[in-house]
Amino acid sequence: MDVTMTVNGTQYQRDVEPRMLLVHFLRDVLGLTGTHWGCDTSNCGTCVVLIDGEPVKSCTTLAVMTSGHEVRTVEGLSTNGELDPVQQGFMEEHGLQCGFCTPGMLMTARALLDENPDPTTDEIREAISGQLCRCTGYAMIVRSVRWAAEHAGDDATTAQEVGS
Amino acid sequence: MTATEETAQQRPIGYGRLKRKEDPRFIRGEGNYVDDITLPNMLHGAILRSPVAHARIVSIDTSRAVAHPKVVAVITGADLEPLNLAWMPTLSHDTQAVLATDKVRFQGQEVAFVVAEDRYAARDALELIDVEYDILDAVVDPHHALDPDAPVIRDDLEGKTDNHIFDWESGDAAECDRVFAEADVVVKQTMLYPRVHPAPLETCGAIADYDQVTGKLTLYETTQAPHAHRTLYALVAGIPEHKIRVISPDIGGGFGGKVGIYPGYVCAVVGSIVSGRPVKWVEDRSENLVATAFARDYHMTGEIAATSDGTILAVRTDVLADHGAANGTAQPTKYPAGFFHVFTGSYDLQAAHCKVTGVYTNKAPGGVAYACSFRVTEAVYLVERLVDLMAAELEMDPAELRMRNLIQPDQFPYVTKTGWEYDSGDYPTTLRKALDVAGYEELRREQAERRGRGELMGIGVGFFTEAVGAGPRRHMDILGLGMADGAEVRVHPTGKAVVRLSVQTQGQGHETTFAQIVAEELGIPPEDIDVVHGDTDQTPFGLGTYGSRSTPVSGAAVALTARKVRDKARKIAAAMLEVSADDLEWEKGRFFVKGDPETGAAIAEIAMAAHGTIELPEGVEGALDAETTYNPPNLTYPFGAYVCVVDIDPRTGVTKVRRFVAVDDCGTRINPMIIEGQVHGGLADGVGMALMEIIDFDDAGNCLGSSFMDYLLPTALDVPDWETDFTVTPSPHHPIGAKGVGESATVGSPPVIMNAVVDALSPYGVRHIEMPATPSRVWEAINAAQMGG
Amino acid sequence: MQVPAPFEYERATSVDHALALLERHGEDAHIVAGGHSLLPMMKLRLVRPEYLIDINDLTELDYITEDGDTLRIGALTRHATLLASDTIRRLCPMITDAERVIADPVVRNRGTIGGSLCQADPGEDLSSVCDAMFAQVVIQGRYGERVLSMPEFHAGPYETAVGDDEILTEIRLPIRPGAGSAYEKVERRIGDWAIAAAGVAVWMPYGTIDHVGVGLTAVGLDNGGAARTQEFIRGKRPSEELYAEAGRIAAQECDPIDDQRGSAAYKRHLTGELTSRALRRAVERAQA
Repeated sequence: MDVTMTVNGTQYQRDVEPRMLLVHFLRDVLGLTGTHWGCDTSNCGTCVVLIDGEPVKSCTTLAVMTSGHEVRTVEGLSTNGELDPVQQGFMEEHGLQCGFCTPGMLMTARALLDENPDPTTDEIREAISGQLCRCTGYAMIVRSVRWAAEHAGDDATTAQEVGS
Repeated sequence: MTATEETAQQRPIGYGRLKRKEDPRFIRGEGNYVDDITLPNMLHGAILRSPVAHARIVSIDTSRAVAHPKVVAVITGADLEPLNLAWMPTLSHDTQAVLATDKVRFQGQEVAFVVAEDRYAARDALELIDVEYDILDAVVDPHHALDPDAPVIRDDLEGKTDNHIFDWESGDAAECDRVFAEADVVVKQTMLYPRVHPAPLETCGAIADYDQVTGKLTLYETTQAPHAHRTLYALVAGIPEHKIRVISPDIGGGFGGKVGIYPGYVCAVVGSIVSGRPVKWVEDRSENLVATAFARDYHMTGEIAATSDGTILAVRTDVLADHGAANGTAQPTKYPAGFFHVFTGSYDLQAAHCKVTGVYTNKAPGGVAYACSFRVTEAVYLVERLVDLMAAELEMDPAELRMRNLIQPDQFPYVTKTGWEYDSGDYPTTLRKALDVAGYEELRREQAERRGRGELMGIGVGFFTEAVGAGPRRHMDILGLGMADGAEVRVHPTGKAVVRLSVQTQGQGHETTFAQIVAEELGIPPEDIDVVHGDTDQTPFGLGTYGSRSTPVSGAAVALTARKVRDKARKIAAAMLEVSADDLEWEKGRFFVKGDPETGAAIAEIAMAAHGTIELPEGVEGALDAETTYNPPNLTYPFGAYVCVVDIDPRTGVTKVRRFVAVDDCGTRINPMIIEGQVHGGLADGVGMALMEIIDFDDAGNCLGSSFMDYLLPTALDVPDWETDFTVTPSPHHPIGAKGVGESATVGSPPVIMNAVVDALSPYGVRHIEMPATPSRVWEAINAAQMGG
Repeated sequence: MQVPAPFEYERATSVDHALALLERHGEDAHIVAGGHSLLPMMKLRLVRPEYLIDINDLTELDYITEDGDTLRIGALTRHATLLASDTIRRLCPMITDAERVIADPVVRNRGTIGGSLCQADPGEDLSSVCDAMFAQVVIQGRYGERVLSMPEFHAGPYETAVGDDEILTEIRLPIRPGAGSAYEKVERRIGDWAIAAAGVAVWMPYGTIDHVGVGLTAVGLDNGGAARTQEFIRGKRPSEELYAEAGRIAAQECDPIDDQRGSAAYKRHLTGELTSRALRRAVERAQA
């Protein structure tokens, strides 16, 4: 079945089975492996992407259902090589360890800040409460989002990372 | 702020708060996890698993699956038997079926392996395999595993007529008898550390790529121990070791669940050999929870003896260890109960004894996982609950009871009654700090007030000593592979460096911390140091990352290697500057002539010279590199003091963790930010285990924790904002004084939270409640107490 | 990760179109809205529809309308929309309470009230809310529409009166003076199904509780409100004694089972406690 959707600003048209989950479409068909999967019951949230700007668990929706919509994944967070403040914040405040939950957390953080540019730590915890992390204990994720909120208006941040 | 505006202070060369070098790829979604990897012509595997806990296999008909147009192969135990691959050794000198041959012995056991063109077809094909089972009674309760009429689970083992695995003891039973008999006060308590699961967010998986022309097997695996796996595959599968390459790419959390070789990996290898194409197998979450290494399941009865004025004399315990259907635990060979005999804890005891009996049950194999440090979680839980029970019996404040009995600083190195030699510690200072940070006296005042109003507030205190960094090799081996680890450091002509490790990060930040160790020793900035790990073709041999051993063992290896490089650099610098090596002094990054600091040579210059044309001194070969295989002389013993505050709603039984204060001592601190992250993660584990995590079974052996709907993990709303602090007591035997820290908080936090819950319920006379303290259980405890139970 | 068995898919362009597709494919077809009840079951292969009819484009079913004495909620209204709605908070705060503890914020972006009601899980919160509110549900078929009460809507665990060729289109809640409502839930962990929950709605324009609805979740009362509890409360003046006694009756009236979420005894106790709390808060809101 034909699906056409815009992902990170680029339109894609592919022929897929109706039963193909959106997460598999993104990963296996489009090769965008930044979005992950980690459970069978829509609990873990490692698959969260933005559909029309809203966080959605991409393991619990179909590619065919997403046809005609706009998807944003972690690969689409930075623009022209400039990192999004949420990406910068996670590096500044050690909001990631193994990195597996991170793309989903980043997308939810981005959507949260788009709607609520100055969230309290309680609001941040609430926003990510549908997504699990086994490494960080969450406090540093909350700090990372707060960093992004506080540095949203900073001058363009080119890669401020320790070279690897 | 641009990169150039960050000052040197913000980018330490050496130890300090340094942002992680591995982060750039993860925050872009450019991590490289096993399921992200696609090889040309790759096939997908799926495993058909047993729906029942114990049954004889009557027949397996794969014909309909084989006929599926997208299926390339279907493999069963019968196919593997002639290849001697139907069974494989476990890490505890037992065997485990790769694919069932005669019986299935736990729900979820692997029965058949489908290889298909894509993952959806593989999943479909599973439904086309018909298996007839003759269901047998299952052994579910370990307390009945040794009943005379219990079904024998491992009748595959020659001469096996029961479900007994091992008995093991440590300490002095006779001395304990004497001390207990004479003690003023003895408290006895049965307690269970329930079966839980590490549940990393990335499930286990592998891609096997066997090249039929070269005979080389390349195996991408979610493994915490790539070299050990390579050796084991060579021994088991008969593929020569130099023809096996194990690559551990990015791992989405390990926590001990990715140490062993799972049947799925072996099936993928066989699938690749049979099909001539790469085969990817990645398990789903229910497979992960049901069939991979669980953790704990220690049924303990503990006793603690003390004088009436609060001197703890002795601790003894009997333990029934439920190992599941195979003894598959990862721990050094000599210690079938791992390091459980560290249960004497942080106290100066006169006597101690433990006896552990391991049994088979019809459940998945495992037991050592989930940041347990080889059963230190169980040991610390036991002793910290017993100490609190004694405090309650003596009507003494639990912090005070601990303060009175902690091993004192002048007693180190301290040899425990079960033979451990704790390297260093100033326990009272750490406990005092935790109490100060928590505002302990004020908390007790607040508690008294709230109790007056009928509110349930609980304060839990705990102190733990960890034993991490296994080694030395003569005492510590896994399947005969001694637990030593290697490191190589090479400095390139232009002064950049590469360090190759035998350990394997799964999120602990090795690419940063190990660069920091080299930076500290050589003065090369961390961003100029490449850290290579996870590929057996590119790294020295070692036993991998688990049991918090990376910093103690590999960190030592790296530090010593860097020092060897520095020693060599000194000699080369001396030749460059035409002075004697003794005339040179070192400041981080360069050697200079004593009394003439302007005259010197920086590391980069020395590196260039090492590859250059100067005449090198006697005994010094060209290049600036070194390697070490480090055999640790002892483990290291990080420790900590924790305080937890909970509030319980007496009418619903719901527990909220209000505060958690953690003061950890891991010796020299390489990167405080990473240490804090490790502690935070472990504290969340504690909340999970104390309040919500359990893998339970029904009477038929059906696993009740097979999804995240029932195996509940804490979310951001379940945990407080952690309060952490630290003390520093370097390890005297470690080259940089560092101890491990990765599992400390997972070890230390569950008993502290449970101590807090029991403390909250103490107005009802509750002395103990089992983990997890779910709302139902808490209410039952309150209700029973109120009804006079 | 688990994946569904194969099926065919079509997007409905209108309610009539959806009904036509349902009629054509019969019991092999299933509506999908948010998908967060249905797709997980399909991935585990517990249900295997052969045709999936996607109604997400039917935005005409996504509304919250105050219509005189009726609050009309379109079946396709998302949980997140209900949670954020000032109209809902004003007219039926029990829904706001419930939405805060239904699933998690990301799932709430997709899940719909219609989908939740039609899944009819015994642990499903909005069913109890609708029971307590004496809601009516509007079901459309090719023949037109029919309006059912909640007891008529319920047909047992995971079953409703919605036929294979019908669609739930609207939920209607009464708007009457002197209203107050509240929902109290206890779960093992945030996002989980309820161990037990109680939704209470009161109408008390003159000080006594003239009319009351009590919906209990996950404790074996799946066919409408807790009748005996409602009958006890009706006509009485609010007081702590009333709340306590109402809780005791609710605890006796429910019929919970032992399971992984808790013992039956605990659930029974919890039902009583939460009923008392919800009643108290509903009264406070009515009096405010």
